[in-house]
Amino acid sequence: MSALDDISRPALSYGGGGGQVVLELAAVTKTYGQDPPVPALRGVSFRVRRGELVAIVGPSGSGKTTLLHVMGTLERPTDGVVRINGVDVAGLDDRRMAALRARSIGFVFQQFFLQEFQSALDNVADGLLYAGVEVTERRARAARALTQVGLAHRAMFRPSKMSGGERQRVAIARALVGQPAIVLADEPTGNLDSATGATIVDLLHKLNAEGATIIVITHDEGLAARLPRQVHVLDGKIISDSAGAVGYP
Amino acid sequence: MNVTTASAPARLRLGDQVRLASIGIRSRKLRAALSALGIAIGVASIVAVLGLSSSSQAGLLAEIDRLGTNLLTATNGQTFSGEDAPLPLEAPARVARLADVEQVAHVGLVDTAKVYRSPLIPSTNTNALQVRAASLNLPKVLTVQMAQGTWLNDATARVPVTVLGATAARRMGIGQVAPGQRVWLGGQWFYVAGILRPATLAREIDTSALVGFPAAQTYLNYSSISRGRATVGNPSTLYTRAKTDKVSEVQQVLASTANPENPNEVDVSQPSDVLTARAAAEGAFNSLFLGLGAVALVVGAVGVANIMIISVLERRSEIGLRRALGATKGQIRLQFLAEAILLAAIGGTVGVAVGVLSTVIYAAGKHWAVVVPPEAWIGGIASAVVIGAMAGLLPAIRAARLSPTEALRTV
Repeated sequence: MSALDDISRPALSYGGGGGQVVLELAAVTKTYGQDPPVPALRGVSFRVRRGELVAIVGPSGSGKTTLLHVMGTLERPTDGVVRINGVDVAGLDDRRMAALRARSIGFVFQQFFLQEFQSALDNVADGLLYAGVEVTERRARAARALTQVGLAHRAMFRPSKMSGGERQRVAIARALVGQPAIVLADEPTGNLDSATGATIVDLLHKLNAEGATIIVITHDEGLAARLPRQVHVLDGKIISDSAGAVGYP
Repeated sequence: MNVTTASAPARLRLGDQVRLASIGIRSRKLRAALSALGIAIGVASIVAVLGLSSSSQAGLLAEIDRLGTNLLTATNGQTFSGEDAPLPLEAPARVARLADVEQVAHVGLVDTAKVYRSPLIPSTNTNALQVRAASLNLPKVLTVQMAQGTWLNDATARVPVTVLGATAARRMGIGQVAPGQRVWLGGQWFYVAGILRPATLAREIDTSALVGFPAAQTYLNYSSISRGRATVGNPSTLYTRAKTDKVSEVQQVLASTANPENPNEVDVSQPSDVLTARAAAEGAFNSLFLGLGAVALVVGAVGVANIMIISVLERRSEIGLRRALGATKGQIRLQFLAEAILLAAIGGTVGVAVGVLSTVIYAAGKHWAVVVPPEAWIGGIASAVVIGAMAGLLPAIRAARLSPTEALRTV
């Protein structure tokens, strides 16, 4: 039985330990520049538990992109603690941080960032490239991830032959293929029309129901309202969290 | 989730690294081809220069081998007072009696006679040609064949008949031996019986008009006195074929055998030595073309560096994506460095192929053996790889230094 036929079998299996904290920010600040210092985050604290689907909402300039970068370990905080799966990021050097990204974090970008020279399948398989997975295994798991996002029939297409919604679904499959602890989606519907955007939100719900922990960063209140938990950000601070517990003791 | 999140980054497998290195080349084929072209031209010219000089050398050595290395030449030297010291009349016969000598031919330089196309040519226009009396076995000993007509025989050696050396015939404008073809030699007409092919082992024969010893005595007054009677002239040069493994022994005794009274007045040489030296000289690289090849390589390197820098700028978002997917700085650096090396190696391989091909075509035209020294093609590819690494280093470092957030920021 090929991987493509195996639709009934869940590709993602986040077994056991439901409710465990996978992402924890404690009093995180981020300041750019020295003269004058520009604060982008001023004391952000919140937790995300396994299996959550969270929207981080805020207008542009509110610091949500910086928050994404800090959560995704693409940037180190100026102060405060970031823990991913219980590991304090501050204790990791650049190489170990890269390894952490490769194994524990999946990214979905507004601009998709798919590589035109290779098929959808190989784009998805690249999600496992830096995690040390061997090529045939990468392809097999990519095929399963594409099935999960409903694109099994497009596996051999190049991104340029696909619609925007399909491209974003390929990018989502790439983020999910390594079964990361957290998926960070930065304006995943930003480049899509509203109908297509709605299907992407439906897909995020489905994947979340199958066990993925997803954090969506958006400026779109309508999109945020469709997700179970909303964290509102303004001027580098969390101003409200629908799960309660604003701030951190 | 059973992955330990704080572990070290995974190593990329070789196949994955090659695939990553070839992304830029696969996605922009024309650009890659053009930037590899400079390196290809440089390597091709270096390989071709080395290949052609080696093949030409091999051709000359093969020619020497065919002609034999056992020919020794004994030429009359000069006396202490600076006059020409002629070899004794008996010298050829004495040398022929040496146990290790297989054959002896001899010629006598008739320096009183000159050869012209016709009596109308001014006497100063000698074309630097000489007249020599020759023994009848000369072509056999020198392994030189007739280009046209026939060699002298017992009969024609006594009458005004000449055989022209290859260069002599060309300089006098005699392309073929027509019936009744004559040259003005020593103040009278001599009929041309034939034209020799070039005599590689005895270049002086090429610029000579050869006549028989009896004819030289009769018509050109080239004679000597032996036992009170006038006879043929003295030999000026002996061409001796020694047994192949006894060449040095014969060389040692040749002078004293040819002229026992004054052995120091005989110059003995081995013409194949001169040819071997010439082969070595022809094998010396044509430094001008090697220099041009080196310049092309440097220009090619600049081209590759330029393309790689542009490539890093264009592929910022790819770099950002890869960092987000978990690539380390080192993996990004290696990807771009390997791409530059791959690009240069492709150029180097194409260059070696073109260089070898042009050597093969040229050498086939000259009937040389094709010799491309291993250092030429190994060195060609190796220098391309080194140049690629040097050209790719700076762009690769730049790519790795790009911070992931900066790289992901779309323009």
